[in-house]
Amino acid sequence: MRTELRVTGFGGQGIILAGYIIGKAAAVYDGKHATMVQAYGPEARGSACSSQVIIDDKPIQYPYLRKMQVLCALSQEGYDKFAPFVEKDGILLYDEDLVEFSAVPDVRIFRSVPATRYAEELGRVMVANITMLGFFTAQTGLVSPEAMKKAILSAVPKGTGELNTNAFERGFQHQPAEVKLGAGAGV
Amino acid sequence: MSDHAVLTGEHFMTGDEAAAEGGLAAGCRFFGGYPITPATEVTERMAERLPEVGGVFIQMEDEMASMNAILGASWAGVKSMSSTSGPGFSLMMENFGLGIMTETPCVLVNVQRGGPSTGLPTLVGQQDMQQCKWGSHGDFEVIALSPSSPQEAFDFAIHAFNLSEQYRLPVFLMMDESVGHMFEKVVIPPADQIKLVERRYTTKKPGDYLPFLPDEDLVPPMIKFGDGYRVHVTGLTHDEKGYPVMEQSCHHPLVTRLVDKIKKNAHKIYMYDEHYLDDAEVVMVSYGITARIAQQVVEECRADGKKVGHLRLITCWPFPEAKIRELADRGVKGFIVPEINLGQMSLEVERVAGRGVPTICVPNAGGAVHKPEEIHAAVREVIK
Repeated sequence: MRTELRVTGFGGQGIILAGYIIGKAAAVYDGKHATMVQAYGPEARGSACSSQVIIDDKPIQYPYLRKMQVLCALSQEGYDKFAPFVEKDGILLYDEDLVEFSAVPDVRIFRSVPATRYAEELGRVMVANITMLGFFTAQTGLVSPEAMKKAILSAVPKGTGELNTNAFERGFQHQPAEVKLGAGAGV
Repeated sequence: MSDHAVLTGEHFMTGDEAAAEGGLAAGCRFFGGYPITPATEVTERMAERLPEVGGVFIQMEDEMASMNAILGASWAGVKSMSSTSGPGFSLMMENFGLGIMTETPCVLVNVQRGGPSTGLPTLVGQQDMQQCKWGSHGDFEVIALSPSSPQEAFDFAIHAFNLSEQYRLPVFLMMDESVGHMFEKVVIPPADQIKLVERRYTTKKPGDYLPFLPDEDLVPPMIKFGDGYRVHVTGLTHDEKGYPVMEQSCHHPLVTRLVDKIKKNAHKIYMYDEHYLDDAEVVMVSYGITARIAQQVVEECRADGKKVGHLRLITCWPFPEAKIRELADRGVKGFIVPEINLGQMSLEVERVAGRGVPTICVPNAGGAVHKPEEIHAAVREVIK
C-alpha cells in the first residue's frame, strides 16, 4: 500500500535528513520501495522546509505527494502551511513546544511529542529530529524500529551513535498525553 | 584501492550521486567540471571520491575548459567525465563538437533545469533534448541516454561510458533535476558483475598506424598520447593520418562516416521499455522523470479499461524510429508525448509517425513535473 508523508520544519533542524532516514529505513532495511524528494532552494536555510517521502510495497512511479496521510511538523510555519492538506483519517504528529495546536478538519489523529525538549534533556538540541523519528516509528508503524535504528546509525556522524539511539528511544517510548480529535472525525 | 571505486551494496542516494558512482564503477578517473545547480552534487561527489580511488578531479574555470579538459584526459588514456546544466551545457556545445570531430570517448551528464538562460536553477526541465542533438555546429549524430531513477542514473552512466568507448564519441547522460535530486534505492553490484567495454587500441606499430582509418564498424582504433605514436588531433577536417585537408573530397567522407558510425549501428544502440503495447490503441512516449508520471497514468488508464500503452525511451538519441513506425503502421489511434518542454522529442515522434496518426504533445515549460491529471486529459482527447 502506498503511504505518503511529509516532514516539515525550518532549515537546520535536520528535516531533510529525517526524510532521508525514513526513506532509507523503508527501502534499504525493510525491503520496501521508497522515494524522498525535498524542497530545494533558498528556503532550505532558516525558513520553512520540508521533505516528501513515499513508501510502498510496489515500485513507486509518481514520487510526489497526491494524498498526504502523515505529517510530522517541527515548526509552526510548517504546521500551518501543510496541516490543511492532511487526508481524512491521516496522522498529524508535531512538536508540542514548537507548534500551537489548532484543529484541522477531517484529520483523525493528532499526536504530540516534546521532541526538542527531550533532545535538550539529552544534551544536544540537534537530535530533536531523531526523537521525532522515534515517535513517528511508534505512532505510525510504517517502518520497523530495527530498520529505523540501522538507518539512523548509517546517517549520523561517527561518535554520535549512542546519543542518537537514545534520542530515538526517547521518542519511541513517549506516550502522547492526549489524542485530539479533529472536527470532522465524526465522534 | 580500486575496489573502493565500486561501492557494492544497497544505498539510498540521489540520481546525481548515483551518476557519479556509475562513472567511477565504469572506470572514470578524471573529472573536469564547474559546479552548477542542479548538477552540483555530481561534481561534489566526484571531488570527494576521485582522490580516494587514485583519480583526478579539477574544478575548471568554466564549462568550455571543462569540456576540453575531459577530451584531453581521454586522449591521455583515462576515462573522463563532466557534468553540468543548461547554461553550462550551452557553453560546452562548441567543444562537444571538437569531441565529435576528434572521436574522443567521454561522458557528459546534463541535469536539466528550466530555461532559457539562467531560467529555473533549482527546478526541473527537459528542455535540452534537441540541443544535445543539434546544439553544436555541423552535421553529426549523438547518443543520449535518459534515466528515470537514481538506479538508472547509475546503470546508464556505466552504459554511457561503454557506448562512448565502443563508438568513440562523447555520450550524453540527459538527466533532469527531479531524477538528479530524488533519493531512491540504488543497488551497486559487485565489481566483477559490471560489464565494461574497454577502449580498442591499435595493434599496429608506430609508422604503420593511421589514427583515423576506421575498422569495419566505421570506428578507428585509438592510441594514447605518450605511447610513442605520432598523432595529430584536430577539429579541422582531416585525412586518415589526422592532418588537415581543406577539400570537399576529404570532408564529405569524414563527416558521413561520423554520422554513419552511429546511424548504421543504431539498431544495436537503441534502448527502450515497452508496457502494454501489444493491444494499445494509444501510445504514451516519454523519458526521464516524465516516464514515471506517464507510467502511473498508463496503469490508471488500464485499471479503467482504457487500452493505453507506454514506450519509454532510454536512448532518446539515436531515436528509435523503427519502433514508432511499427506502431504507426499497426494503426494506433495516436501518440501522446508528455515532456517538460514545449515539444521537443514529440517532434521526432510526429516526424516518424507521419500525418496519418496524430501526435499530441503534453507541454510543460518546466518548474514541476506534469500532474497525472494533465496527461489523463490528453488521453481523453484521443479516446473520446
